[in-house]
This record gives sequence, structure tokens and C-alpha cells, in this order.
Amino acid sequence: MTKQLYERPIIRKLETGMPGKFGMRTEYPPTTQIDGIPVKKITEKYGSPVFILSEDTIRTTFKRAQRAFSTRYPKVQFAWSYKTNYLDAVCRIYHQEGSWAEVVSGFEYDKALHNGVDGKRIIFNGPGKSEEDLKKAIDNDSLIHIDHLDELYLLIGIAGNSSRKPRVAIRVNMDTGIYPQWDRFGFNYENGQAWDAINKIVGSGKLELTGLHTHIGTFILTPNAYAVAATKLADLAAEISNKFNFRIKYIDLGGGFASRNTLKGSYLPGPDVNPTFDDYAEAISSALLNSRLDSSDLPLLILETGRALIDDAGYLAGSVIANKRLSNGKKSLILDLGVNLLFTSFWYDHKITPAQPFSLYREDTVLYGPLCMNIDVVRDNISFPQLNTGDGVVVHSVGAYNMTQWMQFITLRPKIILIDVKGNMHVIRDNETLNTVIGSENLPEHLKTN
Amino acid sequence: MSLIKIQTNIAISDSGFLFNPATGESFSVNPIGLEIIRLMREGKNETEICAAVNETYDADPAIVERDLHDFIHMLRQHQLLDNNGGQNN
Ligand SMILES: Cc1ncc(COP(=O)(O)O)c(C=O)c1O
Repeated sequence: MTKQLYERPIIRKLETGMPGKFGMRTEYPPTTQIDGIPVKKITEKYGSPVFILSEDTIRTTFKRAQRAFSTRYPKVQFAWSYKTNYLDAVCRIYHQEGSWAEVVSGFEYDKALHNGVDGKRIIFNGPGKSEEDLKKAIDNDSLIHIDHLDELYLLIGIAGNSSRKPRVAIRVNMDTGIYPQWDRFGFNYENGQAWDAINKIVGSGKLELTGLHTHIGTFILTPNAYAVAATKLADLAAEISNKFNFRIKYIDLGGGFASRNTLKGSYLPGPDVNPTFDDYAEAISSALLNSRLDSSDLPLLILETGRALIDDAGYLAGSVIANKRLSNGKKSLILDLGVNLLFTSFWYDHKITPAQPFSLYREDTVLYGPLCMNIDVVRDNISFPQLNTGDGVVVHSVGAYNMTQWMQFITLRPKIILIDVKGNMHVIRDNETLNTVIGSENLPEHLKTN
Repeated sequence: MSLIKIQTNIAISDSGFLFNPATGESFSVNPIGLEIIRLMREGKNETEICAAVNETYDADPAIVERDLHDFIHMLRQHQLLDNNGGQNN
């Protein structure tokens, strides 16, 4: 007689018909493949954990965003936010799709040049540009977004000795109804700082005021906040045109569109409630078209969208190290991926699915990472089926910020794989080894002998 | 060997639903969980239950023992075990 397939015994308390604390929808099918490639095959070949990026999803998402805006406003330009994911392969996909580069440090600036971006198409944001950074940006005729008055004076000083008139914009912060207001960057709209900076720029005669920039925050769930921001920048542009008789060339509304992730504490899943590109595009375009701007000569609309473009294209595949019952009876799983790789688990309740078929029975589970640290919690409560040691899991929508904010902490960072549009796999960043870490260390002579 | 006793007033259906009239709570168990509860009702001890499961299912005996331990823990957590039962395992 052949024996039956074994499954661990489970008992689950029934919560009579009420949606759970985390909403109704916790049932997902397993993620056995990504872009047609079995997850098991990927982890067997490249190890576990491993980051996986889908070139197809990157390109189709970009095209969707581009279409949402270009069908509503005549001149639209995306600039890829390097900090969101600055792997060369990723940046080059966006540049091939027509994106400029948006950078916030000398390092990111050099990376954009290294990726072949024309200096004229690099937007240089951020509060921390050095004198050397600014000189390089001026030489390359990049778009310099001024963050504070000290930077403005520094620029005027450098420009005095330069043959080229730097093209600049100011970053404006403002009340759009979004809390918290990001007022630490740029010049305030409401209290007149922005006008003060504009007067100084124009008055200096040394800088060319090309654009107006704002970045109102991140993961903004109300498209109307962008309508408010667009209207305020359009008002500024119209006033500049009245007062100084020249036209602002572009309005840059920064990033901040929500991806499909679910924010921690959100009752409903992100894909059900987060605005779409069309929602944002509608709010922004109608605000600009109905503003005081001259409709016969509208400025270019620049968008520095980061997470909403790449989040869904990224996956993190890993496996179960152990099952563990906590002292209060709650079930937990220890995974081989933790907050060292998944920085965004501090913000999101990531969608996490088993990588192989599973049975119906589920239990509220805590998902821990492998670090010997209390903060290493990947999901603090997820209704999850029974998995055993070695079973695979897939974390979804991890394309933004994780591959730049990850930490070399306790363990080494894994490989990153790109699946191209033909279904071929490429290692676009190799895993770290002991040598990656000790290679840049130096041992003083007196410590070399034991 | 320790005996695990499910409280006698717990109603158990063939489809794997448990009802505790004392608290009004309902539970569901998977087929193997149901089988184990039946074996407990028949007065089988842990060793006997493990042996019975290994007889019917294709599984590593060590894993069966571990899972049974976990299952008993959960039954106790949900206060489905007789207070005197299973305390000395
Ligand atoms: C100036 C600027 N632009 C763009 C972005 C990208 O934002 P997001 O990923 O929210 O779209 C950021 C992110 O912090 C930013 O600071």
C-alpha cells in the first residue's frame, strides 16, 4: 500500500465572517515562476536569496506612465531618479526608453555620466553638492536645482569665473495639504523664500533661471496634492514672466507617486486603493492647463518618478530556514532574507507568496529574517500557509530603494538577476564575498601576527 | 508516556470543525489534524499517535514528532485540552 502525502497537522481559530485585522484579501496563488522562468530554477542556479528584476515589467510600466501623461499634456519628460535604483543595467533601460537622469550626489552624477547620459540631460538635486560637483555640473551644462541660499551664493561665485552661464532651477517647498510637509529641502513658497531666491538669481545676472522644481513627498496617496503643487509652481512661473519678461522652460514636480505596495497600517491592499498613473496625470495636467500659464507656450513638465516605475519589476526570492512557535503560541518562520536586504519592510506590508503550491490551511505568522537582531522582522503578521525548511518564498514589489539602501550587515549581499524581454537571465550585480568586505580593510603592522 | 486528553465537551465534525460550547469558539483542523484528535479521543498517547501517523503517511518520523508537539501546543493554547491531560509531556 502506498502511503499518503504528509502535511503537518494544523488547527486554526475561526473568526466568524469578519474581515481580519489586515483586510479580507490574504489569498494569493503561489509564485512558481517569474516572467516564465521557474523560481526554483533561479534559486538553484543563482542561490538563495536572490533579487530578480523583470526588464519587461520595467519597460511596460514606463510606457504606461509615459502614455498617461503624454496623452494629457503636450510636453512631458521623465528623469530617472538614480537613488531609487542605480544599477547600471536598470538606468540604461530607462535611458533607452528616453528618460533623463535625476541625481542627488557627486557619486550619482558620475554614474549618470558613466551610463552615457548627456550632461544637459542630468538634473542635479540635493542639499549636499560640493563646489567640485557644481563646477563639473556647470561644465557639462547640467540642470542644477538649488536647495539653499549658501548654495546659491556659491554658484554665483563660481559662475563669476566661468565662461558658461549655469542653468539653474530652485527647489520649492510648499503646503499641499500633505503631512508632514517636506520643508527642509528648498525654498518655501508661502513665506516668500522662493521669491527671495528668484530675485537673487535674476538680480545676479550670472545664472539662467530655467525651471522650477518641487518634490512634495513620497508615496503620496492623494493626486490632488500634485494639483495644488502644479498650480503654485504655475503661478510662480506666470509671475516671473510678468515681472522679468522671460519664460520658465520647465516645471519639475519631482517624484512621489505611490507604487502598488501596501503601506504599513493600511486597512486595504495597495493595489486596490493606490492611485494610478492616470489619476496623477489627470490631476497634474488639468491643473497646469487651467493655470495662469500661457497656453500657447507651455513649459516642459518634468517628472522624477522613482518607486512607482520600478517597484513592481523587482522580486526577492528566498527560502525558509526554520519554523518556530513563539511563547504566545504564535507561529513564526525564519527566512534567509531580512531587513538587511529589504529595507522597505519598515514601510510596507510586502506581498509575500510561497514559491511552490501549498494546501488550504493558513495560520497567522510572523516572518523573521536571519539576522541576530530584534528589528529583523519582514512581516509582523501575515496569513500564511504551512511551509517547511527549504521551501521557497517570493517577496513582491521590491524594485525601489532596496537595491540602493540595502546593508552589508551580518551577511553578504546576494546576486541581482535581470530577466530580459526574451526570457534570458543576466547577473547584473554579483554577490559579495568575504573579499568584498576585507578587500578595503587595512591591518596595522602590529596586528598582523597573532 | 503522557496521555493527551481533548476536553470531553468539544464537538468535532467529520469535516474538521471544532466547537467549544464553553467559550463559543470555533476552529478548523486539516484532515491529519482531525485524525490525530480522533486518536487522542481513543486514548492513544503521543508515541502511539506518532506510530499511527507514520503508518499512514509518507513522512520523516522526526518531523512527525516535532509537528505533533507543535499541534499539541496549539491545542493547549486554544484551551481545548483537559487541564490534567498532557501537562507532564
Ligand atoms: C528630489 C527627488 N526626486 C525624486 C524622488 C523619487 O521619489 P519617488 O521614488 O517617491 O517617486 C526623490 C525621492 O526621495 C527625491 O528626493
